[in-house]
Amino acid sequence: MALDLPRDTAPLAPEAVLEARELTKVYRMGEVDVVALRGIDFELFRGELVVLLGASGSGKSTLLNILGGLDTASSGRVRWAEHDLASAEEAELTAYRREHVGFVFQFYNLIPSLTARENVALVTDIADDPMDPAEALAMVGLEGRLDHFPSQLSGGEQQRVAIARAIAKKPDLLLCDEPTGALDAQTGRVVLEVIERVNRELGTTTAVITHNAPIAEMADRVVSLSDGRIVGVRANAVKKSPSELTW
Amino acid sequence: MRALDQKLLRDLVRLWGQAVTIALVVACGIASYVAMRGAYGSLLTARDAYYAERRFGDVFAHVERAPDALAARLAEIDGIAVVHTRIVRDILLPVAGMPEPAVGRVVSVPTRGEPPLDALRLRRGRTVEAGHPDEVIVLEAFAEAHHLGPGDALPAVLNGTRRDLRIVGVAMSPEFVFAVGRGSFLQDAKRFAVIWMAEDAVAPVFRMEGAFDDVVASLQPGASGTKVTAELRRMLEPYGVLSAHTRDLQLSHHVLDGELQQLGTYAVVTPAIFLGVAAFLLNVVLARTLHLQRGQIATLKAVGYTNAEIGLHYVELVAVVVGAGAALGIGLGAWLGHGMIELYRPFFRFPDLAFRLDPAMAATGVLVSVGSGLAGALGAVARAVRVPPAEAMRPESPQVYKRPLVERLGLLRLASVSGRMVLRELLRRPMRALLSCVGVAWATAVVITGYFAYDSLDLLMALQFEGAQREDVEVTFLRAASGSVVSEARHLPGVVEVEPRRAVPVRVRRDAAYRDVVVLAHSERPVPLRSIAQWPPRAFEVPDSGVAMSAKLGEVLGARVGDRVSLELLEGDRRTIDVPVTAFADDMFGLFVYVSPAVLRGMLREEGTVSSLLLTVEREEEPALLARLATLPGVAAVTRRADVLAQFRDQTRHMWVTTTILTLFGAVIAFGVVYNQARIALSMRSRDLASLRVLGFTRAEISAVLLGELAIYVLFGVPLGMVFGQELMNVIMSTADPESYRMPAFATARTFAFGAVVTLIAALVSALAVRRKLDDLDLVSVLKTRE
Repeated sequence: MALDLPRDTAPLAPEAVLEARELTKVYRMGEVDVVALRGIDFELFRGELVVLLGASGSGKSTLLNILGGLDTASSGRVRWAEHDLASAEEAELTAYRREHVGFVFQFYNLIPSLTARENVALVTDIADDPMDPAEALAMVGLEGRLDHFPSQLSGGEQQRVAIARAIAKKPDLLLCDEPTGALDAQTGRVVLEVIERVNRELGTTTAVITHNAPIAEMADRVVSLSDGRIVGVRANAVKKSPSELTW
Repeated sequence: MRALDQKLLRDLVRLWGQAVTIALVVACGIASYVAMRGAYGSLLTARDAYYAERRFGDVFAHVERAPDALAARLAEIDGIAVVHTRIVRDILLPVAGMPEPAVGRVVSVPTRGEPPLDALRLRRGRTVEAGHPDEVIVLEAFAEAHHLGPGDALPAVLNGTRRDLRIVGVAMSPEFVFAVGRGSFLQDAKRFAVIWMAEDAVAPVFRMEGAFDDVVASLQPGASGTKVTAELRRMLEPYGVLSAHTRDLQLSHHVLDGELQQLGTYAVVTPAIFLGVAAFLLNVVLARTLHLQRGQIATLKAVGYTNAEIGLHYVELVAVVVGAGAALGIGLGAWLGHGMIELYRPFFRFPDLAFRLDPAMAATGVLVSVGSGLAGALGAVARAVRVPPAEAMRPESPQVYKRPLVERLGLLRLASVSGRMVLRELLRRPMRALLSCVGVAWATAVVITGYFAYDSLDLLMALQFEGAQREDVEVTFLRAASGSVVSEARHLPGVVEVEPRRAVPVRVRRDAAYRDVVVLAHSERPVPLRSIAQWPPRAFEVPDSGVAMSAKLGEVLGARVGDRVSLELLEGDRRTIDVPVTAFADDMFGLFVYVSPAVLRGMLREEGTVSSLLLTVEREEEPALLARLATLPGVAAVTRRADVLAQFRDQTRHMWVTTTILTLFGAVIAFGVVYNQARIALSMRSRDLASLRVLGFTRAEISAVLLGELAIYVLFGVPLGMVFGQELMNVIMSTADPESYRMPAFATARTFAFGAVVTLIAALVSALAVRRKLDDLDLVSVLKTRE
């Protein structure tokens, strides 16, 4: 099923495209229950770039997975447009991911047997009105590496392929889980620049997860998580360009 | 091409070793199906077309002599459509170049027009003409064996008189698709002939003017063959009925039918083994592939591929492997099928016999193989795609190892660390280990069954021709001769020993059950030329009173020792005698009643008549003896034991083809199972093994860890395979008609050893192929890879 964005949006008040209320998530690990989220209220506004900041185990990946339809909450609601993702069937979640969400993961998750172009085509094959894979790869500066396999690319290049793969379907949401986690600082900055450019030029609503505080400086808003709770939300008066970040 | 299809291709290339070995196992299965089922269908089609075209009879009867006028009354039997009466007699044909005469049968055909039933298919020349009593048509197989054709002369002994006949035509007939002489089970085109002569030429020779001794009838649609046969027998009773039976007991049809049944069974059992093994291999290989691609599956899900799309992707992988195997199998099967038909051609004579690859059958084969492949794969695929993407994204938690019972009992304390690694791995996946053993076992079993036919035949030859049948020549008389022939025979050239033998056709009956069998009386000399071969081998003593019989006959009649049976003599005064059963013989073919000569004399009220003489002969005098015998009146057949043996060997000389094929097929299974398990073990344990190498283990030591697991599969699989092999032999033997053959399913230790050796070699080769990869293990990169 298709989940369409509402067409006419209010021009003044920032519009929440994704809204979570009282989200909890409990994992059963062997014989113990692990509580990952303890009642989260969260929204994403159209076109913004949000950084979710938190230490390892703070619940940020769990939140992102639920927002992206990769996982379901134990309780609470997640509203996407007119739809409640919390009560959605697996098929609805699949359609949601297929049509509206682009993911970027810490370990790139490219298919090793496919070239850069083919990894992107994996998504454009099943999307309505996608970009050309070459165009998406050009946007991340990889126009010269189209026919390389992941094993022939550096970590930064692999992550840029992953970003190209995420944006090629022209998603409504770009969700990035520790996109620089496996990269050195310099390469990380290049990757963040690409994410920032996508957000700016395509207007894609973007959420970036990181444990790395300086990265928060590039966000419109910063949401801090700790122990499964949101412990702070702030708006950056001045956004820094990724090239200015140091860590 | 879609990116996912691109991935499919690349995955296939990466898995090529495994894909190829599995495809080969599938190919063997489909090839055996296509070849055997195709040969079965081709024989059946050829048979049915031939029977229909030549109007093969449904009911057959033989009498001593019945008047022609009876024919019209027989035609009125309820259920009979057409009746054809004729004269059929045994004859001898002294053929140039053969010391002993060929045995033959003359069959009369209407002087004008075609026979209404069992019509001939003329292959060369023409049919016989009225007014030319010397004209004959000859059976094609015999004509070919002796290079005879229209225009050639054919000497024959008809009713004890030598006649020079002239061949005008060469023909085949639906009643002689499989042509053997009476009482023989071996086909010998050189020594068995059928000639067809005009009725008005045959009748005077046998003093059968105005009479017939053979009946062929066809049935009306829906009529009961059994009822018609019973009525036919009743009406022929006053004229000395010798036999009356439906088509299924007609010799040629019976043999063909038995062969078809056997082929039909093979065509199911053999592919089932291969496809079962292929399904198992697909299951383990795919389960491993899916495990390794867990993260990729999660990614595909994350970017929006549905479970169905991902599942289909892996199903396609299976379909490509199985499809390629099936395509190869169809080609290979068609080739083998052609070969099988060529092997059948000299034994089963049809006018139009060709291997036909039925597309529907090939499609069935492909569907069944894809189905079995999917059956093996679906479980693994379903499990893999069911994992939620977020969970699949995380590395799998370490596999759970437990200290198994054997270990807790302290049994493993003696094993080295690498031994423990092997055993824990096996015990952690007992089902996979068990199925791997079963896979290896099938390899051994298939090879063993390829060879056991040799062993069974060797055994049969040893028991029959070396133990139970010691004469050089058997002379069979047209009808029982007086006892004086024994002393007369002693004066024939070269004769050393003479032993009379008496055979009387009877119908043995107990309550409703009956069989038409032969009562045999062997000589009572201390070391007779002929005795009864039993399995398991041991001597059989014919009791002094009452009758002994084949144990199988006792079973058919439901008779035990002490029960009484009635014997209706089918010759002489045709009395019915009531006798007690006093012993059973575990003989290996046919159904017989065995009596002592004294008991038989009492039964027949005759003084020592003789059906045949068994002779031992001085070798250098044998040609002279045979020449002499050929001219004696009253001789129906002269059979040299050496010829029967040679014929036997000749008929089994094609067996190496089957044996070679089955050996190769067995090796394919063994290779497929061991190679795939080795690859999987390598992929699952390369990290462990590299760690061991880093810790200072040698290549040989880590090979032991990897190959130890395979060694155990082989160690347990091979003995299990011997058990499977024995069972498979039993299944194969059980497809033979137990009233005709009761050959033991027997294989020598050498055959079992051969099965084991072929499996071991295949296992070794595949293990070495994987071992080479172990030597290339890149320690650093392996340690870096994430599992």
